[in-house]
Amino acid sequence: MSDTYEPVIIGFLCNWCSYRAADLAGTARLHYSPNMRPIRVMCSGRVEPDLVLKALREGADGVLIAGCHPGECHYIEGNLKTLRRYELLKRMLSQFGVEEERLQIIWASASEGSALAEAVDRMTERLRVLGPLRWHETVIQGNGHLSAEVEMGITADPVTEEV
Amino acid sequence: MSEKVGVYICHCGTNIAGTVDVEAVAQWASEQPRVAIARDYKFMCSSLGQDLIEADIKEFGLTRVVVAACSPNMHEKTFRGACERAGLNPFLFEMANIRELNSWTTNNRRIATQKAKAQIMGAIERVIYHQPLEPIPVTINPNTLVLGGGIAGITAALELANGGHHVYLVERESSIGGHMAQWDKTFPTLDCAACILTPRMVEVGQHPNITLLTYSEVESVEGFLGNFKITVRKKARFVKEELCTGCAICEEKCPKKVLDEVFEAGLSNRKAIYLPFPQAVPKYPVIDVENCTYFVRGKCKACQIMCPPGAIDFEQRDEILQIEVGNVILTTGYKTFDPNRIPQYGYGRLANVFTSVEFERMVNASGPTAGKILLRDRTHEPKSVAIIHCVGSRDENFNEYCSRVCCMYSLKFAHLVRERLPESEVYNFYIDVRAAGKRYEEFYHRVMKEGANFIRGRVAEVTDVARTLDEEGKLVVQVFDTLFGAQRRIPVDMVILSVGMEPRHDAREVGQLFGLGCDSSNFFIERHPKMDPVLTMVEGIFIAGACQGPMAIPETVAQAAAAAARVISFIGQGTIMMEPIKASINAEQCSGCRICNNLCPYKAIIYNEDQKASEVITALCQGCGTCVAACPSAAISGAHFTRQQLMSQIEGLLWDVREAELEHV
Repeated sequence: MSDTYEPVIIGFLCNWCSYRAADLAGTARLHYSPNMRPIRVMCSGRVEPDLVLKALREGADGVLIAGCHPGECHYIEGNLKTLRRYELLKRMLSQFGVEEERLQIIWASASEGSALAEAVDRMTERLRVLGPLRWHETVIQGNGHLSAEVEMGITADPVTEEV
Repeated sequence: MSEKVGVYICHCGTNIAGTVDVEAVAQWASEQPRVAIARDYKFMCSSLGQDLIEADIKEFGLTRVVVAACSPNMHEKTFRGACERAGLNPFLFEMANIRELNSWTTNNRRIATQKAKAQIMGAIERVIYHQPLEPIPVTINPNTLVLGGGIAGITAALELANGGHHVYLVERESSIGGHMAQWDKTFPTLDCAACILTPRMVEVGQHPNITLLTYSEVESVEGFLGNFKITVRKKARFVKEELCTGCAICEEKCPKKVLDEVFEAGLSNRKAIYLPFPQAVPKYPVIDVENCTYFVRGKCKACQIMCPPGAIDFEQRDEILQIEVGNVILTTGYKTFDPNRIPQYGYGRLANVFTSVEFERMVNASGPTAGKILLRDRTHEPKSVAIIHCVGSRDENFNEYCSRVCCMYSLKFAHLVRERLPESEVYNFYIDVRAAGKRYEEFYHRVMKEGANFIRGRVAEVTDVARTLDEEGKLVVQVFDTLFGAQRRIPVDMVILSVGMEPRHDAREVGQLFGLGCDSSNFFIERHPKMDPVLTMVEGIFIAGACQGPMAIPETVAQAAAAAARVISFIGQGTIMMEPIKASINAEQCSGCRICNNLCPYKAIIYNEDQKASEVITALCQGCGTCVAACPSAAISGAHFTRQQLMSQIEGLLWDVREAELEHV
């Protein structure tokens, strides 16, 4: 393990907007946190809660879902379907004792490489502050109770919502 | 599982190898379970790189292939082809994007290498569960919809029609011609716009392969490449096209005058029943119901009484037409920047500030002043004219982009002013003169030699408040001359604002209708800015002309012809193969809850009463996977994006973290 803690983010990128935004960020040589590990899906609407939970359980510190802007979805409104699930899922995660910011949703059109890069940077910094998720301790052994640190209010204020 | 995976890591010259330790990654990959062979190579996409894969598939009996290289949007097809040539189903392949999504985004070699390993592990874990898929053949309907009848639409329609294919040309206004029909001369050749445009308009009107639907708008779009079903609303003209001879007696007899804000840019009047301009195609006039005395007050009918063939029909209703096409070319054009948004330039407040569109009409021999350059009072000629470049363009307050045509048409204006009024002074206020085009720079020099003045600087203000006697009764252009290094005030009689190009006000809505994205300025996005400039992200939908971005007539014509050529290529193929990424429902597992039925944006899932289960209409399914994610019984599977594949990819992507975490626990 290295000295500084590097959070790991699983990023679900939709094929038409946000994956292309990520491609563009690379093509434009925009440097951003290398902490996001990408999965391409055809539409953000494909991201089912199971996939998010799986990622967190397998050791990810956070999950980023990126889709087309509302009204611009390649599949008309798949992104809105995912937005609905996201709201619900976030609530459920917080009941598990998982901080809300560990799941984020953003919109990035194919021309917004910088928006995607900035979102990854922001989320990485936020997770760095939160520290590792340690699903096995927090959720399974912690039985849904927040860690002592959180309860004592040592962690920083919650970030403002992304969407 | 006994799959044999081949893993190939591309150096991409130094693009990847400069940041990712490719040799170490290849060594590591070769040690992973199920990996039969792992190699790194300078350029995997080269024919030698592809040969390597093909040879390994045959020699080692590989059953799965992973290539870690650039974006799948770049070379997925290439490597699928290599697999196919070696007898492996192309869908038993997965790409890890370690260039765009990794090496190009960081300088940190350690983390980039670690991330590349994770990406490759994700791909290995995923590809194990890939299933062989067969592309789905789709027949291409040979008809094409061209939306927008400006020079782009006219060109595209004629190319297709001359190639023997049927075209529906849909235009919102009552005549085709678009903006070009308004212009006087075209730079840099100075040939008259109407002289080169109207013959092509007539050709469109008479072409047996073109169904011209003017005064019409697209209401809805269904389907996909090869098979689009388009609903078009043909608005009522209140003129029976089959009877109208285009004699224009109705227009002559109509007692109601209306300011013509569209074609004549508000400089003259038209009637309530009118042809937008004399050379309009088709030749049928249209009644403007908002201003027609009969529609407003219920009385008049002068046009109906006077019409010799009796073509006026006040009862006419909008028609809804269904057309079926295989491809669509969007040529919806642009609008000009509204200079009211820059109040300091005085447009609308100072009478003798004109837009470039107004000036084009004024200087046109068939325009409101019969080609005379006159002040707003319509009697006096200006003795001095200021032309302000970049109005609304190259300005972070409005549009950051360069509109690309304004420099050249401003130079053309300078030439025309000097030609019509040889005694006058002309001042061009510019930031840079962008004369990059064939014979453009030569034209710039010609205009300079003709005696036009050039002042470099963005104009701060146009005012009628005089500070000196010279400025009395004049418009004063205040500018910081960046070559002179000082503020200057230039008194003139007339100011022309060279307004830039913007997307149509409803570009975003039109885009949504066809499932297209717009960039941050609302111009349609092409599939690739260099390699695929006329296709969009939606297969079968092309764009050409200024709806894609500011461009002049030559580029517009070139793009329109290019889009037509691409469509002809699809038509020529007759049948194309579509990605088999579709959803399917396991009827035994389906509980019949029908949640998916309503979720599907394409109405591709129906409920089968007999089976008490839902089923997917494969032809309509676009493969988004929204239903797969929503099914509470997990009865729906999305080909190539199955739950198993994605779950395994997650495991692979987190292989190092999971190991560390387990140690921690």
